[in-house]
Amino acid sequence: MKILVAIKRVVDYNVRVQVKPDGSGVATDGVKMSINPFDEIAIEEALRIKEQGKADEVVVVTIGTNDSQQQLRTAMAMGADRAILVESDVAVQPLQAAQVLLKVIEQESPGLVITGKQAIDDDNNQTPQMLATLWNRPQATFASKIEFVDGGLQVTREVDAGLETIQVELPAVVSTDLRLNEPRFVKLPDIMKAKRKPLDVKAIGELAPDLQGKAIEVTQHEAPQPRQKGIMVETVDELIEILKDKGLVS
Amino acid sequence: MSKVLILAEHNGNAINQSTAKVLAAAKQLNPEAIDVMLFTGNTGLATQIAGHEGVNQVFCVACEDNHDQLAASIAPTLADKGKEYTHVWGPSTTFGKDVMPRVAALLGVNQVSDVMEIIDAHTFKRPIYAGNAIITVNTDTAQIVATVRTASFSADKTTGGSASVEESTLNTAANHTSFVKLSSGDSDRPDLQTADKVISGGRGVGSEENFAIVYQLADKIGAATGASRAAVDAGYVPNDMQVGQTGKIIAPDLYMCFGISGAIQHLTGIKDAGTIVAINKDGDAPIFEVADVGLVGDLFKIIPEMMEKL
Ligand SMILES: Cc1cc2nc3c(=O)[nH]c(=O)nc-3n(C[C@H](O)[C@H](O)[C@H](O)COP(=O)(O)OP(=O)(O)OC[C@H]3O[C@@H](n4cnc5c(N)ncnc54)[C@H](O)[C@@H]3O)c2cc1C
Repeated sequence: MKILVAIKRVVDYNVRVQVKPDGSGVATDGVKMSINPFDEIAIEEALRIKEQGKADEVVVVTIGTNDSQQQLRTAMAMGADRAILVESDVAVQPLQAAQVLLKVIEQESPGLVITGKQAIDDDNNQTPQMLATLWNRPQATFASKIEFVDGGLQVTREVDAGLETIQVELPAVVSTDLRLNEPRFVKLPDIMKAKRKPLDVKAIGELAPDLQGKAIEVTQHEAPQPRQKGIMVETVDELIEILKDKGLVS
Repeated sequence: MSKVLILAEHNGNAINQSTAKVLAAAKQLNPEAIDVMLFTGNTGLATQIAGHEGVNQVFCVACEDNHDQLAASIAPTLADKGKEYTHVWGPSTTFGKDVMPRVAALLGVNQVSDVMEIIDAHTFKRPIYAGNAIITVNTDTAQIVATVRTASFSADKTTGGSASVEESTLNTAANHTSFVKLSSGDSDRPDLQTADKVISGGRGVGSEENFAIVYQLADKIGAATGASRAAVDAGYVPNDMQVGQTGKIIAPDLYMCFGISGAIQHLTGIKDAGTIVAINKDGDAPIFEVADVGLVGDLFKIIPEMMEKL
């Protein structure tokens, strides 16, 4: 079985992003870029499945600018076998990303697709569900545990009420939550090795010339409303008095 | 004029409060009609929704074998009905996040995720980068599919409505997916997502056993309990207590946290709280930048003292 992992290059999660003064976007010049943390978990899970002998190839794919090759190389340094860059100079929105990924699926015929539940830049949390829909296959979102059961997958999902388990047939789309695993660190020799692994670049216009659906227009970026500056107290008595004054405790 | 179809959420016994929040958001669109669809054989739940003022009609779709919570099963029915509407909206809970993008894909549109403010029927504000930036988006597709950031709206509490209830059965159940089980930590404490008061603990609490004092304080003041990701990852508490970007986004009147440093991903979840109280032994912890009231000290001394004095 082949596993396809879809990843995205995003501003590193440690960076505190700033809105540009003219409201046209967030400042990304010279900012550290990384694999979206949820996607890193997706890569790790695919590698573990392969290491258990349940898959024979892990292919990573991303849609993005040429710079995204860096993140694909990192994924291959982690252990992915090969990579595909669908090159696009403009950012694609989830419905379009799902259509492009479907084209990749048609060419690659994976038995399983794993991807992060959301990208931490636009926080959309849509692409995996849309891909499963267009592909007409099951989805198991927000996964915190994946087991192979009865020829399909039994997936434990992190939901508001606790942990939900569902059974899905394969092929399927799984989206990862944070507690699925802890991604490995890449070692220097692996980075060297990854340079020789195949990385196929396809132009988005050639792979998917007829993308359907409109993009949502973003008209303005602004910084969030700051909270009013608070106060520091020295003692529990002072704290309780404030809480009582505000009617929050009796 | 707008016509809104809302996806209601329930747990089999009760309507989730997120539904009343989506309803409140939908009313801000000044629509011609608001209809609600819910997936359950329990028509009593439909009657609860029908009692809200401003709801025109409730579609109650019965499902077998727990298919009522499965996105792949219910999305086609919702999307099909949705074609008659200008807006198809659901809550930004794990349930809504699972289902609504499927509905959007079936309707051939991108979804507006986490609507936090409504400017007009086509223009909305939503957070990106864990809430570090807010964008205004505009869309004019035939249907606008969106999830509503529940912490940004107060629940609709109107009564006296008399919507009609139309019953049907689900004919789109997806055979490739089946429900196995749901395990939730049963607790008598208030629900984290709707509680007026929340007490939470982080890595600083140190262990599962130590969390007992956090629970005691919560019970003393009638609060729900929450936690940081670090506390969940370390196994101190179950995952459903996580607050933040990838946990629950909450807006209680009081949020009091112990031993939480205040990472941006955590702060995203509490920005809309009325009063944030932080107790941390490190005076430089970033949580103090957002706290309304801060107290530097050891939580193992402060909690017992509070227990005694409250
Ligand atoms: C993609 C992504 C998503 C994430 N989503 C979330 C999320 O949804 N929610 C979330 O919470 N985090 C999330 N995180 C993790 C986040 O970045 C932080 O790692 C996490 O919030 C830290 O938890 P903490 O504050 O409990 O632990 P720490 O940062 O380790 O802080 C512990 C604090 O306890 C204090 N302390 C220790 N002992 C005591 C004592 N005796 N008395 C008083 N204070 C004490 C310390 O001074 C310290 O400030 C996410 C991270 C990523 C990358």
